[in-house]
Amino acid sequence: MTAAPAATVRERAGATPPAPARPRRGRAALYWIAKHAIAIALAIMFLGPLVFIALTAVMSDQQALTSRLWPDAWNWSNFAEIFEKTPLLTWIGNTIMYSVLATVFMLLSSIPVAYALARFRFRGRRLAFLLVITTMMLPPQVVAVPVYLVWARFHLTGTLWPLIIPMLLGDAFSIFLLRQFLVTIPREYSDAARVDGCGEFRTLVRVILPMAKPAIAAVALFQFFYCWNDYYGPLLYAGTDLDNWTLSLGLAAFRSVHRVQWNLTMAATVLAMAPVIVIFFFAQKVFIEGVKLTGVK
Amino acid sequence: MAAITLGNRLRPLAYLSPWLIGFALFFVYPLISTVYFSFQRYDLFTLEPVGLLNYRYFLQDEAAWTSIRNTLWLVVVMVPLRVVFGLGVAQLITRLKAGAGIFRTIFYLPSLVPLVAGTLGFVYLLNPATGPVQAILGTIGVRSPDWFGDPAWSKWGLTMLALWSVGDLMVIFMAALLDVPKQLYEAAALDGATGWRQFVHITLPVIRPVLMFAAVTGVIQTLQYFTQAMVAARVASGATDSAGSVFVPGYPDQSTLTFPEWLFHQGFRDFAMGYACVLALVLFAVSMVFTLILLRQFRGFGEEDA
Repeated sequence: MTAAPAATVRERAGATPPAPARPRRGRAALYWIAKHAIAIALAIMFLGPLVFIALTAVMSDQQALTSRLWPDAWNWSNFAEIFEKTPLLTWIGNTIMYSVLATVFMLLSSIPVAYALARFRFRGRRLAFLLVITTMMLPPQVVAVPVYLVWARFHLTGTLWPLIIPMLLGDAFSIFLLRQFLVTIPREYSDAARVDGCGEFRTLVRVILPMAKPAIAAVALFQFFYCWNDYYGPLLYAGTDLDNWTLSLGLAAFRSVHRVQWNLTMAATVLAMAPVIVIFFFAQKVFIEGVKLTGVK
Repeated sequence: MAAITLGNRLRPLAYLSPWLIGFALFFVYPLISTVYFSFQRYDLFTLEPVGLLNYRYFLQDEAAWTSIRNTLWLVVVMVPLRVVFGLGVAQLITRLKAGAGIFRTIFYLPSLVPLVAGTLGFVYLLNPATGPVQAILGTIGVRSPDWFGDPAWSKWGLTMLALWSVGDLMVIFMAALLDVPKQLYEAAALDGATGWRQFVHITLPVIRPVLMFAAVTGVIQTLQYFTQAMVAARVASGATDSAGSVFVPGYPDQSTLTFPEWLFHQGFRDFAMGYACVLALVLFAVSMVFTLILLRQFRGFGEEDA
């Protein structure tokens, strides 16, 4: 009995919001709609190019030159045709070899360096870190001439090896990124391992590396994609023999060398993009966290 | 506590050794060598000291200065637009209540598209004769410019491509925006500051270091701008490769000729390697200025627990 009036008061208070809130709620709804409308418009602009590329990839060569946007017929045979007209399979093979070897080599060489920069106390450590950043920022074109001449002396120009072998000597961007992550791991973990009698190397392999998995996955993916997308490196070193080309090189020369139409060019473009997009959907979180590491506060 | 033994002293050196060797082989040696070659005439066959000739040639090489102007244009227009656009998109996503995750994925995706593929796509899409963009604009009676075929528009075409792949910046800015302490906004709201004023007086000052970092690294990356310009010019010009002919970058009318492209062309297509080294040193000097600005941000960095 005594509780009832109190409840009604509370109910009434809940049912009738204070008068001034009304227009605000209306404005909030408008604001909500506006925000999402802009987001949808942007999404269409970001996705549009990808959709049109994919649609063109299955058009006939005549239709690709018209303004009709939707394929009249779906020419899936375009994808087979590009393999017949160009050494696409060889290019894909070369690109995979370049990307995989470079990524494995980079991890082997860069992890110990990043660990040393993050953990060891030694004279010149700050200088070493600043030099890593400096090399990371150095445009590759600056040292291109003498480096090219060295590879030429070893008769390795005309192959992709000048792009792969240096990865055994560390990659500045990966070192930087890994180091940024490793410094966030509390020292207590490695100290505890040491108390248990772990040597420095075993501490790195058994304790630190498992904790650093997200960062290692991120640099590995970045390196793989960098190589997959690389155009400048292969353009400089792969030479004129089509059998040594990568996908990027082949794609850029697609129209000029093979005089093929837009529909086939877009089909090859779809093939070049597909692995990247598929991997991204499986490893989205790794990417996003990795990119965050690159933006230094 | 481990005693300071010789082993402990050498350990950092052992771990650092891959990078130390790499630094010597791929940074120190080639840099010194570049200085040496800049005083030579060298075409892969004959080496001849020419004193300052290469440097004097640089001063009167009109293509080089055109490429410098183009690169500056990209630095002044493309970099700020990317930062502003990236920040705008990030700000929008952090305020979305529904579907923020999906929108983030969609906005980020284009930045992963291989540069060559993305560039090819844009040249096709924006082609005024056959591209779908004109097809759509045509229905409302708008005539699109010849983006990659008109010297007045070609750099804008490249800028559109750069804005399309703004995703990496967006992710960095989103992280920064979400790090701004909420209490600051609450305090500002009590003082009656909302919307734009909150953004100017709270958000911007707090995320300023991140913006600075993005701008400076953006400038350094733009100084290396190569692939997109090369591919766009090549595809848009419709140039066909045949034996003995060398594609000269910059189409249309040298409007997309960037400095690294000219360096590459001089060194590895015309084999004026000595002269290319002069261009390399210019590029080195300019990017070092911006690298030093960047390093100042890292002052005190690497000292956290040393």
